[in-house]
Amino acid sequence: MSTPRLKIDNLFCERDERVLFEGLCFEVNAGEVIQIEGQNGSGKTTLLRILSGLSRHFEGDIYWQGEHLDNCAQAYRESLLYFGHQPGVKAVLTPRENLQWYASLHPEMDLTKLDYALVKVGLKGYEDVPCHTLSAGQNRRVSLARLYLSRARLWILDEPFTAIDKRGVAEKEALITTHAQEGGTVILTTHHELAMGDKIRRLNLDQLAGTL
Amino acid sequence: MNDSVPNQSTEESMVHVYKVDGPFWGALKRDLLLSYRRKSDLVNPLIFFLMVATLFPLGVSPDPTFLADVAPGVVWVAALLATLLSMDSMFRSDFEDGTLEQILLSPQPLYLVVLAKVLAHWMLTGLPLTLLAPVLGVMLFLPGDGMWGLVLSLLLGTPTLSLVGAIGAALTVGLRKGGVLISLLVLPLYIPVLIFGSAAVQGAVTGLPLGGYLAILGAMLSLGLVMAPLAIGAALRISVSG
Amino acid sequence: MADKKWMPRWFYQLASPRWCYEITGKLLPLFVIAAILLLVTGTVWALAFAPADYQQGNSFRIIYIHVPSSILAQSCYMLMAVAGAIGLIWKMKVADMVAKCCAPIGASIAVLSLATGAIWGKPTWGSWWVWDARLTSMLILFFLYLGIIALNSAIESERTAAQSTAVLALVGLVNIPIIKYSVDWWNTLHQPATFKLTERPAMPAEMWVPLLVMVIGFYCFFAVAMMLRLRNEIIQRERRSSWVRDLIAG
Repeated sequence: MSTPRLKIDNLFCERDERVLFEGLCFEVNAGEVIQIEGQNGSGKTTLLRILSGLSRHFEGDIYWQGEHLDNCAQAYRESLLYFGHQPGVKAVLTPRENLQWYASLHPEMDLTKLDYALVKVGLKGYEDVPCHTLSAGQNRRVSLARLYLSRARLWILDEPFTAIDKRGVAEKEALITTHAQEGGTVILTTHHELAMGDKIRRLNLDQLAGTL
Repeated sequence: MNDSVPNQSTEESMVHVYKVDGPFWGALKRDLLLSYRRKSDLVNPLIFFLMVATLFPLGVSPDPTFLADVAPGVVWVAALLATLLSMDSMFRSDFEDGTLEQILLSPQPLYLVVLAKVLAHWMLTGLPLTLLAPVLGVMLFLPGDGMWGLVLSLLLGTPTLSLVGAIGAALTVGLRKGGVLISLLVLPLYIPVLIFGSAAVQGAVTGLPLGGYLAILGAMLSLGLVMAPLAIGAALRISVSG
Repeated sequence: MADKKWMPRWFYQLASPRWCYEITGKLLPLFVIAAILLLVTGTVWALAFAPADYQQGNSFRIIYIHVPSSILAQSCYMLMAVAGAIGLIWKMKVADMVAKCCAPIGASIAVLSLATGAIWGKPTWGSWWVWDARLTSMLILFFLYLGIIALNSAIESERTAAQSTAVLALVGLVNIPIIKYSVDWWNTLHQPATFKLTERPAMPAEMWVPLLVMVIGFYCFFAVAMMLRLRNEIIQRERRSSWVRDLIAG
């Protein structure tokens, strides 16, 4: 068997004197979609922040394609797309400028598809409007447009569907499914009932059972 | 990356041709554009600079000979405080809207991005302060000989202030009230720049050669350019992690 | 974690809060005894037996507190920065705790140094405060300590606080020589001919031997204060671990 794309080994994290998870082990392979479940405050966001490399307040080991994350941070960041709680959109910049700036940080992004991506997320006609005039949902869509542009293999999405309408959710779900079929990996949290059925694996943090 | 997302067949013809900037230019252009669109942030430190310098004649004495004596120090202290005032906002909005997370997750060298942000900050505070300083010099009766010393020392000293201040800003960005705390952290570190900056102006007034002072200010700037972005980057990672 | 086999074994032991607690428990009495002996001997020697200075008379005797505290305040900053760096690089909890304990001790010793300097200044210079290069540097060092304490107390998360203060302490460490140099230079520019502490004639042995005793005594005292604080910190942070519970129960 080949090495798993992402291997989480014996992860321990506590916050404010509360153990969020202990001895958490799981593996994620290419082509998999994993949904992290749990109540509010169960540590979903914390886990995603740890996996993305933003938070270092944990004990345990994470391996990316068999290599320890500490030793391959650069390669890991190249293959990662992270969508966090805050969409990462500058209010005074336009959607186009926001994505262009993002591309300067992620050179692997395919900017030729920028207009296409903005159309796909339903922002046609808003390309050059400052983002503070857009709604909360539209702001998140600006950030989600990155999904169409990125060539990253691993997507970590924290509540990507918040404030997104039904049609938008369906489209993003389809996009996630395609990404997985093409050999990509997605780790996400959401309160939406996903229609992906058995194509998705679920990891429940409430049970704290550890392994899947 | 061969197993990446495939190219979706292009459904529409491309209208725009986008140029991808490097990390340095991308960050620099963005920060300049941001402050161009929020001009109030741009002038506030300058107004503060003017006001602080106005307080000295009012608070101490309007006597021209006295003012001429203290002018180098006053202008330098005012510039230092004005820089400090503008420091808190440096990473705060990026932190709040999540763009800082994206910067930290970028495969591009953080060093360059941070350096670009500091450069943008300097271009928007330190540089205008330097250009405005002769006006203050005139108001405080700084002898004409001192003007060049003033401008040159500020030109070399204010980037160091931005670099060191950014360390404080990066350390406090995760805290709700960073403002006063930054001053506590950063002011002691500003002292060498203040000493040599105002001494350069004083030297210029008394007709001493400026080379030595400017060389030391330049040396501090070089050290800052090499070391400070590393500290800023580390501090940002720590702050975002918490 | 990645392999760290090249590190010596004691380094790992030191990293264990429990081991550290036990070893400091054994060392503490030794240092208490040493500190008391040295400080008492040094003080009596310095006040009663050392000869008076031919210029300053008896007022010079305050150097037996002033000099050790100045030296200690600087060493304490070094220790804090080094411990902070170790905590930052090797993620060693005990190093974080040591760095945290250093700041308040260092700040109090800096205050002691400033206060004794001021008291000494009154009879020698005729005023409580003189912008002497050494006093000014010490004042700035005190400000650096205050900044570190302020930052540490402003951050709620212990680890973030430890890491942030470590970065600040290291930045300060790089800056201390620069500050010292610039203050010295500034001082010579502004006060060319004041009475210099730095250029007094070399001390006779009857004067400096008790000073040496006092310096070592201060270091021992520092070790005691450090260990007490550290043990307190360890217990507090490890309060949920089984060995601390056993300790409290037993």
